[in-house]
Amino acid sequence: MTLSIVHLYDLVGGILAITAVMTLRDRQHPKRYSSAFFWGLYSLVFLVGDQLPPVWVGIGVVVMALIAAFGGVGVGRHSGRSAADYAASAKRLGNKLFIPALAIPLVTMLGTVFAKYLVFGGTPLLDPKNTTLVSLGVGCIFALGLACWLTKETPVQGIRESRRLTDALGWALVLPQMLGMLGLVFSDAGVGKAVAHITTNYINMDVRFFAVVVYVVGMALFTVIMGNGFAAFPVMTGGVGVPILVGVFHGNPAVMAAIGMLSGYCGTLLTPMAANFNIVPAALLELPDKNAVIRAQVPTALTLLTCNVFLLYFLMFR
Amino acid sequence: MPTDINLWPLLGVAVIIAGFILRFNPMLVVIVTAIVTAFAAHFPVDRILAAIGTGFIKTRNLPLIILLPLAVVGLLERHGLRQHAQNWISTIKSATVGRLLIVYLGARQLTAAVGLTSLGGHPQMVRPLLAPMAEGAAEARYGKLPERIRHKLRAYAAATDNVGLFFGEDIFVAFGAIVLMTTFLREAGIDIEPIHVALWGIPTATCAFLIHAWRLRRLDRMLERELGGAAPAPATGDDVAVKGA
Repeated sequence: MTLSIVHLYDLVGGILAITAVMTLRDRQHPKRYSSAFFWGLYSLVFLVGDQLPPVWVGIGVVVMALIAAFGGVGVGRHSGRSAADYAASAKRLGNKLFIPALAIPLVTMLGTVFAKYLVFGGTPLLDPKNTTLVSLGVGCIFALGLACWLTKETPVQGIRESRRLTDALGWALVLPQMLGMLGLVFSDAGVGKAVAHITTNYINMDVRFFAVVVYVVGMALFTVIMGNGFAAFPVMTGGVGVPILVGVFHGNPAVMAAIGMLSGYCGTLLTPMAANFNIVPAALLELPDKNAVIRAQVPTALTLLTCNVFLLYFLMFR
Repeated sequence: MPTDINLWPLLGVAVIIAGFILRFNPMLVVIVTAIVTAFAAHFPVDRILAAIGTGFIKTRNLPLIILLPLAVVGLLERHGLRQHAQNWISTIKSATVGRLLIVYLGARQLTAAVGLTSLGGHPQMVRPLLAPMAEGAAEARYGKLPERIRHKLRAYAAATDNVGLFFGEDIFVAFGAIVLMTTFLREAGIDIEPIHVALWGIPTATCAFLIHAWRLRRLDRMLERELGGAAPAPATGDDVAVKGA
């Protein structure tokens, strides 16, 4: 049997379904029904999403967005522990607490590196197309087992804790997927082509240095809009990089590609569209300002972008 | 020159920028942008909904990385992991927030550069370990931290993980971005070696380390300036636990 990403979808769908039921049964929850409905819909996306007609899923996504937009996703009641309890178990378990936490990245890494050797009877154990994610799944289950054993808790308590953190994240948990969807709608609707058309037709790039600036800053700006350097690369490289930097000015294409993509990454540091990196961590770290992580990154990103202009200019045309 | 390009979908870009600037709920901004963009591209209603549905199903892999570790992280937090991370770092006398994050930045870049991108991340590393350690290192020096500073340290911890990952992974030859770049250029008639693209990422990666590390040292100096006057009262486990709960 091959462990594939579909098993992870089932697992996550199951956890979200339990979260929805727990929310429904939480009588002290201020937004009990709308929150349960939100997480219930989301669990269906994982459990049966690929078997439903796309239009139905589309309607479900619109409903989820509306529930979130009108404040329908709330935080339930969670039985916390007293400060003394925290200190006591931190003292009792000590460094052992680090073991399950570090087991997640460690197992993920081992799985990723050794996946190609884990083949039994011709069937790979880990889905070769998604080794990292599947290894992460295995790592999390293994670490949950370790954590339950160390803390003498049950996996059910693990699910309760998962719900506590899911509640703390709220709709921010769904945002990366919403933005991923938007990126696909953008490319379906031809936004990339329209941007390339404007940059190449309305900006004068006769001066070499200016063409470099357009390429580097364009990569960053387009990434800010799309939330992803991968989406910006074909547009800017096809529109400016290949025809002008390489075609007209005979620059080194390997330098252009490397520094171009990393300029896109500077854009990723600046945009709420890259929710997985910028917005979710702010929610995860319970920061009141959703843009706090971006704010901490702005000076690094802008300085580095300036460096990239000069690095590209001097390294590409040696 | 193609003349049949429809520029109306750019309206979507305007909507999303306006939405984020005016601070509407991001979920609302995204769904409205998707509908406006598709509408501007002359999609009928059922195709708009289908495009949203298909896009949402295709990107189901994105939240896995956040959702999967939550049970373990939550369970360990219930047993004081964050408090222990804070206490542990305070036993290292030479640790400052800046030094801790610089070491993490370097380690994250180097491990990502050899393909080990999963040795980090916000749910499994930053929230349970790195951010509490940054707070612990500051508390060991300056006592109880004002909320504003505490939030700033957490944001810097998250930012450091991002910078380290982004400007490390692109040096790894087998990384998806490099495959994407060489494939795209080959289709444009330009043949380049993946290893060259990887190597030419090193100057930018080095600059990224120097710039961010310099900013982390400035963070240390800022903490010293703002909190240095206060008597260093080592935080007790109790203090920390209230904040962490």
